[in-house]
This record gives sequence, structure tokens and C-alpha cells, in this order.
Amino acid sequence: MSQVITTGKAFEFTPENKEKAAVFIAKYPEGRQQSAVMPLLDLAQRQNENWLSKECIEYVGQYLGVPYMRVLEVASFYTMYNLKPVGKYFLQLCRTTPCWLRGCDDLVKVCEDKLGIHNGETSEDGKFTLLEVECLGACVNAPVVQVNDDFYEDLNAENFSALLDKLAKDEVPPHGPQVDRINSAPVGGPTTLLEKTGDA
Amino acid sequence: MLKDQDRIFTNLYGQDDWRLAGAKRRGVWDNTKKLLEIGNDEIIEQIKGSGLRGRGGAGFPTGLKWSFMPKESDGRPNYLIVNADESEPGTCKDREIMRFDPHRLLEGCLVAGFAMRAIAAYIYIRGEFVNEAIHLNEAIQEAYADGLIGKNACGSGYDFDIYVHRGAGAYICGEETALIESLEGNKGQPRLKPPFPANVGAWGCPSTVNNVESIAVGPEILRRGAEWFAGLGRPNNTGTKLFCISGHVNNPCNVEEEMGIPLRELIEKHAGGVRGGWDNLLAIIPGGSSVPLLPKSICDDVLMDFDSLREVQSGLGTAAVIVMDKSTDVIAAIERLSHFYKHESCGQCTPCREGTGWMWRVMQRLVTGDADLEEIDMLIDVSKRIEGHTICALGDAAAWPIQGLVRHFRPVIEERIKNGKAVKAA
Repeated sequence: MSQVITTGKAFEFTPENKEKAAVFIAKYPEGRQQSAVMPLLDLAQRQNENWLSKECIEYVGQYLGVPYMRVLEVASFYTMYNLKPVGKYFLQLCRTTPCWLRGCDDLVKVCEDKLGIHNGETSEDGKFTLLEVECLGACVNAPVVQVNDDFYEDLNAENFSALLDKLAKDEVPPHGPQVDRINSAPVGGPTTLLEKTGDA
Repeated sequence: MLKDQDRIFTNLYGQDDWRLAGAKRRGVWDNTKKLLEIGNDEIIEQIKGSGLRGRGGAGFPTGLKWSFMPKESDGRPNYLIVNADESEPGTCKDREIMRFDPHRLLEGCLVAGFAMRAIAAYIYIRGEFVNEAIHLNEAIQEAYADGLIGKNACGSGYDFDIYVHRGAGAYICGEETALIESLEGNKGQPRLKPPFPANVGAWGCPSTVNNVESIAVGPEILRRGAEWFAGLGRPNNTGTKLFCISGHVNNPCNVEEEMGIPLRELIEKHAGGVRGGWDNLLAIIPGGSSVPLLPKSICDDVLMDFDSLREVQSGLGTAAVIVMDKSTDVIAAIERLSHFYKHESCGQCTPCREGTGWMWRVMQRLVTGDADLEEIDMLIDVSKRIEGHTICALGDAAAWPIQGLVRHFRPVIEERIKNGKAVKAA
């Protein structure tokens, strides 16, 4: 099971995040503030360089009046809560069959060759973490890598390598398809919706 | 081929503005008040009449599901919960609705919520869809500001709220009771049924969980008439459907088509055909990772709807079409799925927790041929001991791809094992 890391540093939401937390809590019926555990863990993770220390988890529990163990249960059940530090650019590389059929193994190799990291590892400079994940839900734009919040789609060894080069220089190129196509429409243009909007 | 005028998702590719102004131009929120004036029960009747079956995979009649909600409150409020946890491998259609046509979903929430006498809708969106959740939230703000939802929604006198709840990376939360657990701030582990959510759902209140696409098509069905929707597709398999075509095709894409379109036509018209031509096809998973694959001989003329695919021992599922050409190691393709289910099992039921790992380990050895021939039957036997013996359908979903593989590609597995033995002996 996942080990929770104690940093010895106290955690507290920024005033801005306290306002956000209040908005989250207000979404749920009165007395059901435990429902806000997930959004508050996410908020804490965003404030804490994309990972949750033991202090973060304890703080969320106290904030909502929910026992630590109930919060830990949630934090360790869902894969998106990082219980150890991750690199500045967290690469979540989809490994499931639709991405695999379109060559996600090539992308794993690019990470190994270029960054010297394997699944679950962080580069020495702390810039990149690679995690092979299960289906990201963008299968017609496979293969896909999620970099922090954003999906980079239609990747291959060349354009993924170019993406990593840019990220290494802290240039973040536009996300979405990395080949010439409109979102999930076929390459070469849509086969449907060719009448202008409003014509129908 | 479906005519453009019969398509519901007219901003599927995000060619047009996704915000309120663009949505209104596309006919969303067009006199929604009039739709509500149809009346709660009559809306449900019309949805029943349209033949709409749930678009999330199980294909349960949507109108019937809505009718299970209590008509008189015992003091507890009713809730609509939208399942936007799209995680079934191969499936990426709800994402498009949420990022490019969020208002269509919101209008659907109001109409469905009104029909089932809900006070609010919670849209449970998978955590990875960060940008999609941002669009949804912005669309919700626009809808409140425009009086479309909230107090006196659309001037109907009906109050209705919509909230977004983000998941955090757990396939199991696509199961409706796991989703409810997650919404309550717990681990996403499915509940035993009964009680069903329509009696005891979120926070102990009557709830109905529907897929994004099922909810989003509601208003358009009411506007154009149930008979319009029922006139598309085939009896018991009506309407339009979003298909996701991935894998070894020339142009992978999402597309809205008529239910019952031949699989081959779907792929050749919209996805540029199978890579290397139709004859280069090996197999297709027609409805997302949980349904058994089909060899080319069946793909040649099968129709894409619930009943047709069931007849060939597969399923429409989420209509996510995963295409594999002859270069594919089909054992490895299914082994990846076995890993997926092992990873996503919530661990609650022993047959699934232990069985998914066991099946994956055997599948790994089948990929390399490091197995005995008897293990093929043993694998099927184990899969049958998981199937139907767990609280939720994840166990079934883990078993079916493997059963499909053995059903159609047993000689390939046997040959791999024989070759593996030969290599070992040498």
C-alpha cells in the first residue's frame, strides 16, 4: 500500500483557496460536507506542488470535520492523488489497448532514451515524472499523454520528442492534436456536419 | 447515412462556439419552457416512446428508468446524477459533448431533472477531464446568469440547480453505486442492490444515474418528437448514436450515426477504412473494452446496435469501435485489457480482486507462449467463476474480453504455446 510522507511542514489553504473550498462545500446538501473531500484534496494537491503530504491529508480532514482515516482512504484509493512528489511536468502516458495499437510503446521509449526515466520515475533535475496510466478517454486521438492538466494527442516519437524538448525549456505548446486535424474529426476533415450550422 | 439535419451533436468537433451564444445558435435552450410544459409524466412517456436506450453501455430503456423515481416526496429530495466518468477503454464521446456542447447537456439535465422531479443534478466527471470540467462549469455560470437554471429555471416556475463533481482516476466510479459512494466522499466501491438508487441513492435520497449522451439527447427528442427518434435505426434500437472509432483505421474519429449502421460502412465512410484495406482486418472490439471482440468474418456484415451485436455474442456497449489489423498481436491486445481490469478492480469482492490479477498473469504467459495448453480451459473456467459472482459488473467486464479471445482465436493461442515450448526445448 501507498506510504504517506510526512514533511514536518504545516499545511494550510491560502486565503484564495479557502474561498474556493467554501464554494465546493456549498455544492453539497447541508451536513454532507464529507462529499467535498475529493475537491478539497485536489485543491490541496494543486497548492502543494501537485502532491499530497500527510499534513495535507490531515488538514483536509480537520477542515471538513472528517476523520483522518476516512480522508486517507480516499487519497489512497484514487490514482490522481499523488502521495509522493512528482516532477514539474507530470507525464501520464496512456498504455491501454487503443493507445497501444497506435504506438504508445514508442512514446515510452522516447521517455527512456531522452529523459532517462522509466515508469514511475522522476528525472534527476526534477522536471519530469513518467507514469503509465490506464485509458485517458481520448482514444480516437491516440496515443495520448496527459501533461499536468492537458491532453497532448495524436503523438508519435517525433512530435512527442519535440514536445519534451519544449517542456525542458519551459515552453508549453498548445495541447490537443499534435497533427493536422480538428479535435476528434477525421484527418483530412469531417465526413459529416458539412452543412453550415443553422442550415438544418 | 444519417443526414446532417438528423444529427443532434452539431458541434461535435468544436468547429463552432461552445458557449451560450453558440449553443443558442445551434438551437439549444430554444424555448425550453415549452418542453417543460409538456409535464413531468408526459415527458417520461415521450422518452419511452422514442425508444431511447441508455448510452452508457447497458442499454436500459431511459424513460423506464426515469419512471422509477418517486412521484410523491416523503420529505427526501430527488436527484439526477449524470455519469460523465467516461473511462471505458475506446470511449471518448461524452468528452466531446462536455467540451464542445456543454449547454446541450445542461438543457438535458433540466428537462430530465424536471421529469423525475429532481431538485438538482450532479454531473460526475472523470478527474482527468480538467479542461472539460472547466467548460462545463463556465457553461453552468452562463446558464445561471441567463436564468436558464436556478430559481424559476427558464421562467417555468421550477427551481433546479446543476453542480459538477470531479472524480480522481477510478474506472469503477462509472458504476452507478460506486459513483454515488464517490459523490459522498468515499472510496468508489459499489453497493449491493437492492436498494436501487431510485429508492436510496445519493445521501440516502432517490437518485437516477444516467450517461451524458442519454441526458443530452432528451430535449432534441422532445422538440422533434419521439416518432422522429424512433424512426431512426431499427425497432428496439432507435435513434442516433455517437461512435468512437479507434485503432488501426486510416482516420480515427468520433462520429454521430444512425443506430444499426453496418460496422463496415461506419468504418469505411467515416474513418477512412481499415489500415491496409478491409481484407487486412483481424478483429474488432465493437463496444468498448468490456465486450468480446469479433473476428473479421462477423465484422463483414454485422450491424451496430444492441440486439445485432448481442446476437453475435458481443455488445454495443458504449459504441467504442476498436479496430485491429492483421499486424496486431491479438493476445497482447487483450492482455493489456486484462491489466486494465486488474488495475481498476476496487478490491471489494474476492473473485474480482484475486481473479483479475490471476487472469492477467496467465494472459501475460499466453502472450509469450510460456503456458500449458490446459491453461486455456482453466482460464475460461476461472473467468466463469468471476462472471456473475461479484457485486458489480466489473468482474463480468474482465471476463468477457478473454472469453471472446478464446472463442475466436483459440488456434492462435495454441500455436503460441506450441512455439513457446519449442523455443524452450531448443
